[in-house]
Amino acid sequence: MSKAVTALNRAAYDGYVRIEDAGLCGMISLRGDLSDAKVKKACKDASGQAMPKARGIVGSLDGGIGWMSPDEALVLVPYAEAPAAAARMEMTLKTAHALVVEVSDARAVFTLRGEKLREVLAKVTPADIAALPVGELHRTRVAQVAGAIWLSDETTAHLICFRSVAEYMFELLSRSAMPGAEVS
Amino acid sequence: MLMLKCPYCGVVADETELSPGGQAHLTRFGPGASDEDFESYLFMRENPKGVHFERWRHSNGCGKWFHAARCTATLEVFGTYSAQTVEPPEEVRAAITAKRPGWSWGEFS
Ligand SMILES: [Zn+2]
Repeated sequence: MSKAVTALNRAAYDGYVRIEDAGLCGMISLRGDLSDAKVKKACKDASGQAMPKARGIVGSLDGGIGWMSPDEALVLVPYAEAPAAAARMEMTLKTAHALVVEVSDARAVFTLRGEKLREVLAKVTPADIAALPVGELHRTRVAQVAGAIWLSDETTAHLICFRSVAEYMFELLSRSAMPGAEVS
Repeated sequence: MLMLKCPYCGVVADETELSPGGQAHLTRFGPGASDEDFESYLFMRENPKGVHFERWRHSNGCGKWFHAARCTATLEVFGTYSAQTVEPPEEVRAAITAKRPGWSWGEFS
């Protein structure tokens, strides 16, 4: 079996905010009725977390659930466990009207660390990052591509985008975090 | 900058996070329709200066289609609402009437 690597192979940039490729993350996309008992159970069994409310994200990259839309959740699990977790979810869902697919290798995940990460993000997205509460998953545009952003605390943010634009995203965030590019 | 609140995820998105879907509340005429109905469905559109109803998609967001009522002259937004309807809901009509008494658009007023 080939060795799995991320698009950027753990690249990092130390600007006035640190930009890191978060490494291999297990991600499972679920479409269905998020209030359905089987859907909730499948997500909880895989992640250990309860279904978040609208726009919420609970848990961590190793076990979490993000609310993506009224009928879409992103389940976060350790990378190596994702295929088995997705298979177990399908077993739990059985006849429920839902769709499960592992998307770990279709996405790239970044972590931003630093006091001014809200500023670094605000420069590259129209979303009101200054008002984004910790624990809320905000899907928006990041310069020219789509991204989902959340803060796990005031100095740690995460961003998920398509793997095909991982390099663009890394260059973009690094440029935004370049020393001398501070705006406040 | 036009900003619309997506009724599905509750995010206030700006125009660059949305994709326009053209005029709202069209009745589709497909195979078997008369030439006149098909032509009207394909080509004939409202083009108002003032109250207008449109479809938008929260494409850089939750991905859902929704409806919006706005003024084409001022960009004032009267309301956004579900895509699963064939007419503007009462509260949106009331909001328009409060700001633009006597408005009409297609079959609605
Ligand atoms: Zn939305």
